[in-house]
Amino acid sequence: MITLGWLYVLAGIVFTAFALMSAIDRTNSKRFGNAAFWGLLAFSFFYGDALSDLGNGILVLALVAIAGFGMLGRGQPVTTSDGLRAELAAKFGNKLFLPALLIPITAFAGTILYNYTAFGGSGLFEERWVTLILLGIGVLAALALACIWFRPPALAPVEEGRRLMDSIGWAAVLPQMLAALGAVFALAGVGDVIGQIAGNVIPEGNVFVAVLIYALGMALFTMIMGNAFAAFPVMAAAIGIPVLVQGFGGDPAIIGAIGMLAGFCGTLMTPMAANFNIVPAALLEMKSQYGVIRMQIWTAIPLLACNIALIYWLAFR
Amino acid sequence: MNDYLVLSGILVVIIGFALKMNPLLVVTVSAIVTGLLGQLPLIEVIEAFGKAFNDNRYISVVWIVLPVIGLLERYGLQQRARTMIERIRGATMGRLLLLYLAFRQITAALGLTSVAGPAQTVRPLVAPMAEAAAEKTHGELEEDERQQVLGMSAATDNVGLFFGEDIFVAIASILLIQGVFQSYGYELTPLQLSVWAIPTAICAFFIHGSRLLLFDRRLRRRPRLPAKSSPEPRA
Repeated sequence: MITLGWLYVLAGIVFTAFALMSAIDRTNSKRFGNAAFWGLLAFSFFYGDALSDLGNGILVLALVAIAGFGMLGRGQPVTTSDGLRAELAAKFGNKLFLPALLIPITAFAGTILYNYTAFGGSGLFEERWVTLILLGIGVLAALALACIWFRPPALAPVEEGRRLMDSIGWAAVLPQMLAALGAVFALAGVGDVIGQIAGNVIPEGNVFVAVLIYALGMALFTMIMGNAFAAFPVMAAAIGIPVLVQGFGGDPAIIGAIGMLAGFCGTLMTPMAANFNIVPAALLEMKSQYGVIRMQIWTAIPLLACNIALIYWLAFR
Repeated sequence: MNDYLVLSGILVVIIGFALKMNPLLVVTVSAIVTGLLGQLPLIEVIEAFGKAFNDNRYISVVWIVLPVIGLLERYGLQQRARTMIERIRGATMGRLLLLYLAFRQITAALGLTSVAGPAQTVRPLVAPMAEAAAEKTHGELEEDERQQVLGMSAATDNVGLFFGEDIFVAIASILLIQGVFQSYGYELTPLQLSVWAIPTAICAFFIHGSRLLLFDRRLRRRPRLPAKSSPEPRA
């Protein structure tokens, strides 16, 4: 069976290649910092499960030390000029789209086939990770196709990948770090304290205010945690279930479903949701790391208002 | 009162981000402060931090697409994406992103959340197409307008994902809601929950969609900037 572990090995290989090419890149004055950073990530993908929790913790602290103290630079692998790219684009035409589209198409068609045909009964893929595994297969297929069509120099995929990886830099591991922070918050009981505070500010007998505090609390706590999943159990336990469902007799399905979506509005507005908000800004080489959040705020706020109205109107009919 | 001390970690995060310190450093300091004030020994905090980091490696697996995307960029993918949009009559940035929003919401609602994303689709295709469409209809973009087009491309990807995925019955957040309510004795089915994601999905489409079309209109209203003198396409 192909499992998530296979993907981790693939990721380990990719990061090892980035690390090795970083180490010999003389255009980057901090090349050993880059080599160590991507090398540690490769090590984490290969051997993370074999390390003790403390070992993994020390690995994380080493990553943070490299990035936090400015030891991470940016390599300048040789690539094509804009002028040459325009010529090549004209020469290859729409052929260029096929490998790019092959990745989502493999993931899409593969997931559908796996879930709705006899193919799924084969047990070829680990159930929980089917789409992600197919994405990995799509990447390999696209890489093979691109190499056959464009005949790039042997190291070009690694070097071009490293060019993008270095432009993302430390932001690449921030989402994983924030997930880890969430675990520490949970362990220290941060959620319980926030829940107590939220529970204390509810006035008696006013449904609308209770709905308002529930939804705003979901959004705000999500902004702090960077993740609606961490906020939901806390707000549901503090207000959603005892006050809205048991106190005012609201519909639990609506309060649960739309409450979660109120949290998603918070996700749109916080740098803590790094994989959605900070990483894309880095990936698009934007000037401000908050450039994506800025464009999302004016969708998030009216949508949060809609969610409050929807809970109020639909849950208490 | 003593309980509130564990919230100091949140304060560390807010101050750290506001001062634009390195987020990895901020997050780590916050974790240590929170853990220590929550009466946990330092070693235990580091262990919890390391274990959660290891358990969440799947988040970073997506970077394996970079070699393919970079390779295609080397042979002119972004330039080709721009040319294609320039040839489609009636294509504007707003309409293009509106179409992408619908695509992202529908595929996410079918449970296909990783078919698109910032690395898979936004950087190689959506952002260069949106930029080309904006330049085609509105002339050369000022730098801050260009930044807004890029930001809007990534924003549209997020809005489509967030407000589509909960319509799918087997997504993690639906299972979490179900689990939480179950522990209080409320038996809800995933389908019962996922249908109530539909009203918000519709609101999200209309709110974000109208913002996209308004963005088009705002660009159209300002005087057209002179075209760049060099015929070279931009990176």
